Amino acid sequence: MNVIDIVQILDSTIRLATPLLLACLAGLFSERSGVFDIGLEGKMLVAAFFSAAVAAATGSVWLGLLAGIAASMVFALIHGIASITFRGDQLISGVAINFLAAGMTVLIAQDWFQQGSRTPALTGSARFSPIDLPLADMLSGVPILGPLYADALSGHTILVYVGLLAVPATWWILFRTRFGLRLRAVGENPAAVDTAGVSVTGLRYAAVMICGLLCGLAGAYLATGLAAGFTKDMTAGRGFIALAALIFAKWRPWYALFASLLFGFLQAVSNRYSTLDLGIVEIPNAFVLALPYILTVVILAGFVGRAIPPRAGGEPYVKER
Amino acid sequence: MTAPAIELKGISKSFGAVQANKDIALRVMPGTIHGIIGENGAGKSTLMSILYGFYTADSGEIFIRGEKTDVADSQTAIRSGIGMVFQHFKLVQNFTVLENIVLGAEEGALLKTSLGKARTLLRQLSDDYELHVDPDALIEDLGVGMQQRVEILKALYRRADILILDEPTGVLTPSEADHLFRILQGLKGEGKTVILITHKLREIMDVTDTVSVMRRGEMAATVKTSNTSPEKLAELMVGRAVLLRVDKAPADPGGTVLEVENLRVVDGAGVERLRGVSLHVRRGEILGIAGVAGNGQSELLEVLGGMREGRGKVMLNGVPLDLSGKKSDARTRRKRGIGHVPEDRQREGLIMDFHVWENVGFGYQDDPRYNRGLLMNNDALRDDARAKIDKFDVRPPDCWQTARNFSGGNQQKIVIARELERKPDLLLVGQPTRGVDIGAIEFIHEQIVALRDEGKAILLVSVELDEIMSLSDRIAVMFDGRIMGERLPAKTSERELGLLMAGITDTDMAHPVAEVEANLAKTAETRG
Repeated sequence: MNVIDIVQILDSTIRLATPLLLACLAGLFSERSGVFDIGLEGKMLVAAFFSAAVAAATGSVWLGLLAGIAASMVFALIHGIASITFRGDQLISGVAINFLAAGMTVLIAQDWFQQGSRTPALTGSARFSPIDLPLADMLSGVPILGPLYADALSGHTILVYVGLLAVPATWWILFRTRFGLRLRAVGENPAAVDTAGVSVTGLRYAAVMICGLLCGLAGAYLATGLAAGFTKDMTAGRGFIALAALIFAKWRPWYALFASLLFGFLQAVSNRYSTLDLGIVEIPNAFVLALPYILTVVILAGFVGRAIPPRAGGEPYVKER
Repeated sequence: MTAPAIELKGISKSFGAVQANKDIALRVMPGTIHGIIGENGAGKSTLMSILYGFYTADSGEIFIRGEKTDVADSQTAIRSGIGMVFQHFKLVQNFTVLENIVLGAEEGALLKTSLGKARTLLRQLSDDYELHVDPDALIEDLGVGMQQRVEILKALYRRADILILDEPTGVLTPSEADHLFRILQGLKGEGKTVILITHKLREIMDVTDTVSVMRRGEMAATVKTSNTSPEKLAELMVGRAVLLRVDKAPADPGGTVLEVENLRVVDGAGVERLRGVSLHVRRGEILGIAGVAGNGQSELLEVLGGMREGRGKVMLNGVPLDLSGKKSDARTRRKRGIGHVPEDRQREGLIMDFHVWENVGFGYQDDPRYNRGLLMNNDALRDDARAKIDKFDVRPPDCWQTARNFSGGNQQKIVIARELERKPDLLLVGQPTRGVDIGAIEFIHEQIVALRDEGKAILLVSVELDEIMSLSDRIAVMFDGRIMGERLPAKTSERELGLLMAGITDTDMAHPVAEVEANLAKTAETRG
C-alpha cells in the first residue's frame, strides 16, 4: 500500500463520512432535546430526491438544496407533531417516516421523470462541483502532508466543508449558548425546564427542526454532491449508521466527527478492497462493513466507557396526571 | 391594612373523576411563615402547583399582593415573585449547580456572562442565608439536603419573595431539617413570605405563624399557630366524618401468626424508613396501624408483602421469612399464605388495561386451577371471576370489562375479592377504603371482619383514624418509622392517638403534657 492508495482512501473517507456526520449531528440535536429520531434515513431520502428533482428541473443546485432542506423539514415537522404535540411513540413515528419516504420518493420520481424511479443524471450547475482549498496547488509538493491536504482534504464540494464546520458550531451552540443549555436540560429533565418557566414544546420543536435542516443537507449532498442524481433507496441505511455513530459518539459533537470519520473510513476500505489481507488472516469486506454495527454494540454493552443517552429521551412530556 | 401576599378565592381543580381541590379560599399575609397541613392526597400540593402555574385551576381567582393575576404558566408566577421548591426536585442531574440555577433565567443568549453574574450573586446569597453549596458541583453528586438548597437558591436567584416549599423535610435528616428552618426564619426576617406544606404537626407548631388545614380537597380551617395545639390540628386533619359502625363480635385471638422484631428498612435515597419496628398479630385479630401517611406504614406493608427488602426478624407461623434474599419476593410470600391488598390499587393491585378476569388471577397465576398443562385455563379464570363478581357485588357484573372502567370502590372490591377468597393466614391491607364510596366501605369492612372471624390474622394500615378505631382489635401508632405505642380501641381516644401520631408521647416536654393528661383522664372517666 503506497501513499497514493492511502490518500485516495482518506479522500473517499471524507466523502463518505459527510452524510453520516450531517445526519449524526441532526440526530444529536433531536435526541439531546429528548426526541428520539429513527427517521433520519427517511428525511435524508426525501431531501435527496427533492434536491435532485428540483436541481434537474431548474438546473440550479442551490434551488435543489433549498428544496431538499424544505422537504426534510416538513418531515421533521410531522415527526414533531406526532411525538411532541400528540405525544405519540417516537419510534413508531420515525419508522412511519422512513416507510413514507421510501415509497413516496420512488412513486413521485417515476411519475415525474419516467426513468425507472430515478431522476435524470445531474450535470454542470445542477450539481455541486469540487472546490479547491487555498494553497492546495502550492502545497501539493510537500511530502506526505502535501498530498493529504491537496488531494484528501481539498477538492470536495461545499457541503463537505459545511459538515466539518457544523461540528464546532454544534459544540458552541450546545455548550456556550442559552439555547444549548435549555436544549440539553429539556432532554434530561423537561420538568426542570417547565418549572423554570421555559416552554418544553417550543424547545423540542426547535431541536426537531434543526434536525430536519441538517438531514436536508445530508440528503442533498448524497444526490447532488456524492452522486449525480437520485436513485431508489440511495441512502442505503446511512441514517441508521448515523444513529449508531451518535451512540458511538455518546451524543457529543466532536466524538460525532470521529465516529463518522471512522465509519466512513470503514466504508471506504470495504469499497476499495474485496478482502482485507492482514498477512495472517484475510478479512472479507462484508465484515468490514459490519464493523460500525459491531462497534456500536460493543459501546452499548459498556465495554468502552458508558454511553448514557439523554435521560428523558423517547418520553413525551406529560405535565398533568 | 396591607394586602395579603397571596389570596386565593374559590379554587377548584379535578383530575379526571378525582376532585383534588374544592372551592378553596386562602389568605397568606406578607412576612409570615404560613403552614398548610393535611394528609397525603388532601390536595395541598395541587393547590400550590396551581399557584405556581404548573397546573391550571378549573375555576377560581388568584390575587398576588392584592392584584388579580392570571397564573397561566410558571413564567407568570416567577415574574410575580413566586418561587417553588417541589417535593421531587426539578433539577437536571448532570448539570452543575450554577447551570441549574441559571436555567430559564439567563441574561442574554450567551452563557458566559450569565454564569459569571450568577456566580457572584450566588456567593452573596449563600452568605446571606447560610446556603453554602459548591457552584461547580454536579447535582448527581450532591445529597438531597444540598439539592434542596440549590432549589431554594434557584428561587432566590429569580428574586422570589414568596417561597413555597412542598414537604421539604420528607427527605431530610433532623439536623438538615433544623438548618432548613433556620434558613426559613432568616428569609422571614428579610420580609419574605414562606408557605410550608407538610403533614408533620411538629414542624407546623415549631416554625409557622399561621396554619391552614386541608382535608379531602377542602380547606378545613385557617388558624393562628399560637392559638392552636397539635391535638386540635390532628382533629382537623383527620376530620370528624361519620363514624362508621362496624358490627363485630369481640375478638377471640389465638396463637401468634406474625411476629416482627426490630425490622429496619432503608429506602433508595438512603433514608431509614423503618427504625426497628416490633409487633405481633395473632389468629383471629385485626391489628390496626395508625399514623399520618409517610411515617413508615407503606414500607412496613411492602417489606412484609415482599415488595421491598429489609433487615430484622420476621416469623410467620413460627417459621422465619427471608427479608432480603432470593425468597423475599411477593410470589414466595403468597405461597407462604400472606395475602396483600396494596395501598395503591391502581399501581400495585391491578393492571388497569386488563380485563377483570385477568386481574382476578394475578399473583396466583401458577394455581393449578388456572392452568391446563402449558396453557392458561382461561375458562376457569373467567368462571372464577364471575363467582367473585357475584359474591362481592362488583358493578357492572361483567368480567370482560377492563379494570379502568370501574369506579374506585369496585376496583377495590376486585382486589379484595382476589386476596380474601384465598383465605390467607395473614392478610396485609393498606388503605382498604381510600377513595371508596360509603356503601362499598361498609361491605369491605364486613369482609375483613368475616375473615378475622374465620381465625385469620389481619394487619391493617390506614390513615383514616375512624377506620382504625372501628375495625381494629388492637391499635399500634407509627411515627417516623417507629411504633410509638399500642392501645386498645375501647381504652383510647382519637385525641390520644392523634398525639401519638404526631410523635408526642407523655415523656415529651415540648407541650403542655399536664393539660393533655387531665383531658385524657376526663375522657377515661366519662367512658367509665
